[in-house]
Amino acid sequence: MLQIAQLSAAARGGVGVLRAVSLSVAAGEVHGLVGTSGAGKSMIGRAVLGILPDAVRITAGRIRFDGRDLLGLSPSARRQAGRDLALIPQDPLSALNPSRRIAAQMTDVLRHRLGLSAAAAQARALEMLHEVRIREPDNVLRRYPHELSGGMRQRVLIATAFACRPKLIVADEPTTALDVTVQKQILRLIRDLQRSHATAVLFVTHDLGVVAKICGSVSVLRGGEIVEQAPVADIINHPAHAYTRALFAATPRYDRPPP
Amino acid sequence: MAEAGRRLLRNWRVVLGGALVLAVLLAALLAPVLAPYDPLDQDLSAQLAPPDWHFGADAHALGTDSLGRDVLSRLIWGSRIAVTVAVVAGVLTALLGTALGLLAGFFGGRADALISRLVDIWSSFPPVLLAIILVALLGTGLRSVIVAIVVIDWTRFCRVVRAETLKQRRMDYIDAAVAAGLGPRAILWREVLPNILPLALVLLTLEAGIAVVVEAILSFVGLSISSDAPSWGGMIAEGRGVVHEAPWLLSCAMLVLLATVLGFNLLGDGLKAELDPVLR
Amino acid sequence: MLACRVFARAAQAVPTLLGVAVLVFVLLRVVPGDPVAMMIPPGASAEDVLRLHALYGLDRSIAAQFVLWAGQAMRGDFGISISLRQDVSGLIASRLPATLELVLLAAAIAIALGTALAVFGTRHAGGGGEAAVDAVSGVALAVPDFIWGLGFIVLFGVVWPVLPISGRADPTHTLGLTSHFYLIEALLRLRLGVARDVLAHMLMPAVALALPLAAMIARVLKSSLAEQMGQDYALLARVKGFSRSRVIVREALRNAAIPTVSLTGVQVTFLVGGTVLIERIFSYPGIGNLAIEAVINRDLPLIQGLILTFAVLFILINLALDLSYAALDPRLRHG
Repeated sequence: MLQIAQLSAAARGGVGVLRAVSLSVAAGEVHGLVGTSGAGKSMIGRAVLGILPDAVRITAGRIRFDGRDLLGLSPSARRQAGRDLALIPQDPLSALNPSRRIAAQMTDVLRHRLGLSAAAAQARALEMLHEVRIREPDNVLRRYPHELSGGMRQRVLIATAFACRPKLIVADEPTTALDVTVQKQILRLIRDLQRSHATAVLFVTHDLGVVAKICGSVSVLRGGEIVEQAPVADIINHPAHAYTRALFAATPRYDRPPP
Repeated sequence: MAEAGRRLLRNWRVVLGGALVLAVLLAALLAPVLAPYDPLDQDLSAQLAPPDWHFGADAHALGTDSLGRDVLSRLIWGSRIAVTVAVVAGVLTALLGTALGLLAGFFGGRADALISRLVDIWSSFPPVLLAIILVALLGTGLRSVIVAIVVIDWTRFCRVVRAETLKQRRMDYIDAAVAAGLGPRAILWREVLPNILPLALVLLTLEAGIAVVVEAILSFVGLSISSDAPSWGGMIAEGRGVVHEAPWLLSCAMLVLLATVLGFNLLGDGLKAELDPVLR
Repeated sequence: MLACRVFARAAQAVPTLLGVAVLVFVLLRVVPGDPVAMMIPPGASAEDVLRLHALYGLDRSIAAQFVLWAGQAMRGDFGISISLRQDVSGLIASRLPATLELVLLAAAIAIALGTALAVFGTRHAGGGGEAAVDAVSGVALAVPDFIWGLGFIVLFGVVWPVLPISGRADPTHTLGLTSHFYLIEALLRLRLGVARDVLAHMLMPAVALALPLAAMIARVLKSSLAEQMGQDYALLARVKGFSRSRVIVREALRNAAIPTVSLTGVQVTFLVGGTVLIERIFSYPGIGNLAIEAVINRDLPLIQGLILTFAVLFILINLALDLSYAALDPRLRHG
């Protein structure tokens, strides 16, 4: 589904952001990208989505998605290829446009990507809000973002991400900005939807506890490089790299009491 | 110091703006020498004569106005009014605004609240309209023009100097001075003021340009000095009236005013860019 | 909700207006200079002068004059202009529409031009397009509207004479309009020839007024657009497959407009103040031009009436700005 090969990127002034990153995600698989902040994990997600900051350039490597080389495409062809990609952003506060109603922000992508009529897009948005277990979805559609709680907003964003039936979703720290109780619900929601829609997910997080719950395989990043890559059970039971062990030491565990 | 001077001269804004301002200053100083004619001399046989470039004894390089007065000479003499207003109004505005800004920023409290409120109210009025109303109250003339400029524009200095003083006051060297036993007045004079000066200089340069335009505007509408005296604004007003017959009159006066304003603006912007690191 | 806010604002404006009226009234009367001096014919006796004073009520105390004036002003009577010997309210009513049309056109040009520059600069951020926008707005800001107006007269009135440089309409035509809102009435009645003529007369003064404001809007809007384009919702919109231009216009513009209105709003009142000068330059028959004549002639009733008119205009502009926040920001509408 997604193959990243030897991807390198640099910020203006030549500072390396990513160094020869390679990874692949199979259809329906959840692949974790773990590392401390600044390790470059979010940059991989943004490179796949084609929304790198203006100051960051890709210097080498390839990104193949669904049989196409994304980096070789023209801007409009790139946007076209993005129809099977979606994003669940980190901060539900700033990821919804404060001046547009929820309905507008959910249906615009459906009309644009799937060519639905206004009424069909509205119906599909309602259906998706049901699926993310939002009560009174038709009421929520009429609301502005500031009238919803953080957890509700994140559900709306998840519903929007799954609405166009993408093949791959980049989830960029989707639970970091939320309360602990809401975090668990949101995580379960993403896992359930991912399974029922058979969507591949590139799951960016700094939290190995979250990785253990949702991911099948994982890449550990440090300073823009992948230091370890393995199925999630192997990483948890026998972390090979010292950095991974350090990350584990810094992560509160849910499955066993802290040492 | 010499190093700073060399760096200033490498900034094209400072060089170009400085050259323009210097040219106006020289014209004002050397007007009796430079001007080929008396600016008030009328030659009713040569009314609205077009510009004439054959350097004879009776040539008018930039033509004449409707009373046959030499345009070039009037422009040169007019620079005296412009420079007078730029310097006097600029310096007075700077003094008033900087003093109030220092007061508000350094002592804070009720003085700050009062002055800041005043600045807010003041700056919500359109300046040109306010100037015209003020001159209406004060009566016409150069002195009223200068008073009007000072009364309207002190807020420009006050606002910026207040903010900068607040910033300086929070810096470590003030604490050090207090620890060394200096009183507030000594700190203000010896520590804060020298750090404010580069900024005040930049603002003064920009204000001088504004003052020149305001004087020209008030002469244009007939509220500054009498229309006989050679002022750029008065020449613009006359040129506007005969723009079809003698477009050079309006064009020349306007271009001289434009060059002066741009000169002050460029110099001010250039100085700001060069002095900023000193302020940090 | 909205009506409440409008009403509260209007109520606040009453003391402001009263303050302005009292202040100007008193100031105008304590400064030296005889307002009827201009009207005194040569060789008039001291008795004649006194009679003139009595005619305009200038022989009473300032407080008595104010009470009399305010009482009449309530009924819309602002007295008789000393220099023009006409009813002040009638004069203002006939000249105000010209100024309002000019201000509206200038504001529209400034907003359209400023927004276009900001969007273009954001679309080409970091490249030559942005540098060009910065250069254009830098020049537009450095040159005062006074000089823009004069420059336009020379360029488009004399060198390449395509536009009229004085007045509001071609005096050789009969307009056949019933109101003083020439442009609006001509457009509504589809008198396109007249509208074209009126518009041609307004174009240069309006652009001269608009340029500095347009440059200011371009600068402020461009930097707030840059901030909005870095927000997650703008990134998400691009992931949704919308082009950069569409994200700027459809998503970011409205949110970026809010800080822009608060930072450049006061400049709109400056635009109204600027008409005083621009109308003079273009011999445009609005209240700005009238104000200068009134000041030159020390025409107290007229100055007083005009200043009050300007004060009302400024209050209305601030009200409009206030309402525009509510229109732009849904959080204010419900909160």
